[in-house]
Amino acid sequence: MITLQHYLVVSAALFSLGMLGVLTRRNAVNVLMGIELILNSANLNLVAFSRFGTGNLQGQLFAVFVIVIAAAEVAVALAIVLTLYRLRRTPNLDEADFLRG
Amino acid sequence: MSAEAAVFYIFAAITVAAAAIVVLARSLIYSAFALLFTFFGVAGLYVLLGADFLAATQLLVYVGGILVLLLFGVMLTHKLYDLDLKSEVTQFPAAAFVAVGIFGLLYFTAVKTRWAVGPGRAPAATTVDIGRLFMGSYLLPFEAASVLLLVALMGAAMIVRRRKDA
Repeated sequence: MITLQHYLVVSAALFSLGMLGVLTRRNAVNVLMGIELILNSANLNLVAFSRFGTGNLQGQLFAVFVIVIAAAEVAVALAIVLTLYRLRRTPNLDEADFLRG
Repeated sequence: MSAEAAVFYIFAAITVAAAAIVVLARSLIYSAFALLFTFFGVAGLYVLLGADFLAATQLLVYVGGILVLLLFGVMLTHKLYDLDLKSEVTQFPAAAFVAVGIFGLLYFTAVKTRWAVGPGRAPAATTVDIGRLFMGSYLLPFEAASVLLLVALMGAAMIVRRRKDA
């Protein structure tokens, strides 16, 4: 019998792995991949609660909005990464220190 | 073990293993293609949760849109003669400690909490109901999301545009 807890544990694993990626990678595109993992884990939670909770569809609706925002976020973030690459010839985030005094 | 449990464990294993490859692979291309399997695994879990519309959306938007965009990002931020697209890893021990700690915390929260589990929703086609909700009580967020997409599109084009005067 698969219960809510099973999905929550999978989602927790996805979240932790995504956070590991965000914290350890220097490449900006790879950090974005970690953020996508985190968003997917949040979505999995929303859909799981929608399935096992009171039985309405609001969780799935929220997940659709999260997907929309993820698409917008990736488009803008990649634009920023490309601009960074054009200015510094590197996709590494710790070399983006234009504001250092 | 029931068929549902078997399918769940298969999809969960695909999802988590592919996510681990995304995070730990040395090559950016390996990470991107492992991300494909993560998205497929999550879509399978959505199907198992009775969210058919969301699974299709996941495949269309994530695999068809976001993943291709990320691959473009990988290709465009490297010189063409860079054959090995490596991604360096920093501060791994500390980050691994934090990630394992967070996973333990979330695991205990998920297992120990007495969640308010209701009657649940029997697996049924969701597309019609989701459409009605979007056009009904959630019309304002729906419109706001569409405006957000438009603004993000214009903003992204604006940011990468080469300025003539600069």
